[in-house]
Amino acid sequence: MMKKLSMATALCALTAGAGFAQGIDVKLGVLNDRSGTYADLSGEGSAVATRMAVEDFGAAEKGINVEVISADHQNKPDVGSNIARQWYDVDGVNAIIDVPTSSVALAVADITAEANGVLLDSGAGSTSLTRDQCQPTTVHWTYDTAALANGTGGAVTKAGGKKWFFLTADYAFGHSLEENTMAVVKDNGGEVVGNVRHPFPSQDFSSYLLQAQGSGADVIGLANAGGDTVNAIKQASEFGITQAGQSLAALLMFVTDVHSLGAETAQGLNLTEAFYWDQNDATREWSARFEEQMGAKPTMVHAGAYSATMAYLAAVEALGSAEDGRAIVAKMKEMEFDDPLFGKVTVRGDGRAIHDMYLFEVKSPDQSEGEWDLYNQISSISGDDAFLPMLEECDFTKK
Amino acid sequence: MGQLLLGLINGAFYAILSLGLAVIFGLLNIINFAHGALYMAGAFVAWMLLNYVGIGYWPALILSPLIVGAFGILLERTMMSRLYKLDHLYGLLLTFGLALIIQGLFRNYYGISGLPYQIPSQLSGGQNLGFMFLPNYRGWVVVASVVVCFGTWFMIEKTRLGAYLRAATENPALVGAFGVNVPLLITLTYGFGVGLAGFAGVLAAPIYSVNPNMGADLIIVVFAVVVIGGMGSILGAIVTGYMLGIVEGLTRVFYPEGSAVVIFVIMAIVLLIKPEGLFGKEAR
Repeated sequence: MMKKLSMATALCALTAGAGFAQGIDVKLGVLNDRSGTYADLSGEGSAVATRMAVEDFGAAEKGINVEVISADHQNKPDVGSNIARQWYDVDGVNAIIDVPTSSVALAVADITAEANGVLLDSGAGSTSLTRDQCQPTTVHWTYDTAALANGTGGAVTKAGGKKWFFLTADYAFGHSLEENTMAVVKDNGGEVVGNVRHPFPSQDFSSYLLQAQGSGADVIGLANAGGDTVNAIKQASEFGITQAGQSLAALLMFVTDVHSLGAETAQGLNLTEAFYWDQNDATREWSARFEEQMGAKPTMVHAGAYSATMAYLAAVEALGSAEDGRAIVAKMKEMEFDDPLFGKVTVRGDGRAIHDMYLFEVKSPDQSEGEWDLYNQISSISGDDAFLPMLEECDFTKK
Repeated sequence: MGQLLLGLINGAFYAILSLGLAVIFGLLNIINFAHGALYMAGAFVAWMLLNYVGIGYWPALILSPLIVGAFGILLERTMMSRLYKLDHLYGLLLTFGLALIIQGLFRNYYGISGLPYQIPSQLSGGQNLGFMFLPNYRGWVVVASVVVCFGTWFMIEKTRLGAYLRAATENPALVGAFGVNVPLLITLTYGFGVGLAGFAGVLAAPIYSVNPNMGADLIIVVFAVVVIGGMGSILGAIVTGYMLGIVEGLTRVFYPEGSAVVIFVIMAIVLLIKPEGLFGKEAR
């Protein structure tokens, strides 16, 4: 009797072992804002994009079993930290994806390094993720404030907008975007004639706009995001700011924000993005599939969640395991990705993904042929010009 | 000078919203936390009328408050009327819960980034006043708000209907004995107060982002306005609304970082010195 039992146990162990060797289990957690200001530009859309990546990668056929879960960090660092800890320590999550809102992203980056997981950040903007708070387990995929400053700030200054006035959201992200853009403006021979910092979030910008109007600036730089940017632009058009010869530069704007303003109000705005749905056949095809599920076109944050997940899965496949976060990120830094949405992408030693950025202009209502037909591409900026150079101490490939 | 005028315009929104709150609190004793959500609903109804039915701004200015008011009456009849005998706290909790549900529903269907709504063509453009450029629409907001506020004040303080209303809140049983239908009066009052919120929502739609959180962002400030003016005081709500709009506008020029706080600082000071509010009656 005993003998039979132990035989059975041994058999079980054998088959289980064989099964494990064939399949790699991966658990991905999409952590972002699902109810607040950033819910449309990240939110459920990023979870959908991640699942599309798992499918398109053919994970199941390659013996990689992927499970995707998601949660709402409510734009609060404490809430985000708790979820991240729970995911790594209890639920066995291997990688956390998206994480907009820089303060939350920085907190999650630290926890990820402690837990030896992977942070594939698409939604956050702060350059700190790959600079003063860089981690060997962080990959910052889509954009950062420096790229936005180089794109929009550089283009507008070169086009003759020499005198700048900044309207800045009074918190970490706004300050960082303002600082990056001021540097770019000065490098291109422009000057900063003033700035005003408004509480976040604000409803009414008329008072600040009047100050900007009185400053004699050529360009009013909006170093804010989401509803604040939308309100500021709506009211600038109402106060005849653009008609009077001053121009607006929205330093961070997503296609969902432009859609919310409408082409009538937003026309002529310059903005920088890493992705636009109507760039080529591949982006159009992918965006149409995305729209079927979400009912709206994807933002660059959604596209970033997709392509970062593809790259991550490629590294996991090459290593044959998803357990060691540091090893996976190191592998990603060795590889080159030819992505349908972002084109050629490499990941630098500090975790910064390098790809082209694009400068767009919002179409006028006559040019626009549909509610999402919103951008004309003006130029592309190569990844090396768009992002800040790497800091030596953050080059984890040399450590 | 220009900044003073801008402050007055923002004050116009505070005044209409706090007026609605004051009417509801003064006559029904309900602290209506759903006010912000209904203001948002007013803006969304205007957008829906335009996009689903093709009804423009001007009819929406009448229709949307009526629709929101009717919705308010439904809420009052089915839910709030059960709470009048209980402590204020229950009404507060109920309306707060309703606000969250309404916001959640709109967020679910329309997302968070907001919807476009254009200024009506008759009011686009603006006047150059010499010291500033005044958009026509902002001028219209001030005029509309002054008319509505004065009209409401006049109706409640100077007409027979207003006298019934005030009497019904003092002593409902006695007024009922004279043959006045008190519950109907109260229901209509709630509908009217909520309709004011809807009206403010339509006024706001062309200049502020129409999104599900627009009311939540504003309601806290409006409550501060009502407290400063004196809970339930109609004149207090109106005057304080305009006044605080101006104070906030000036803070934006001299110390912009503090503009979100200044109203609450004033509220704290007023509560310390005159706890019943600037225009409040002594607690009975």
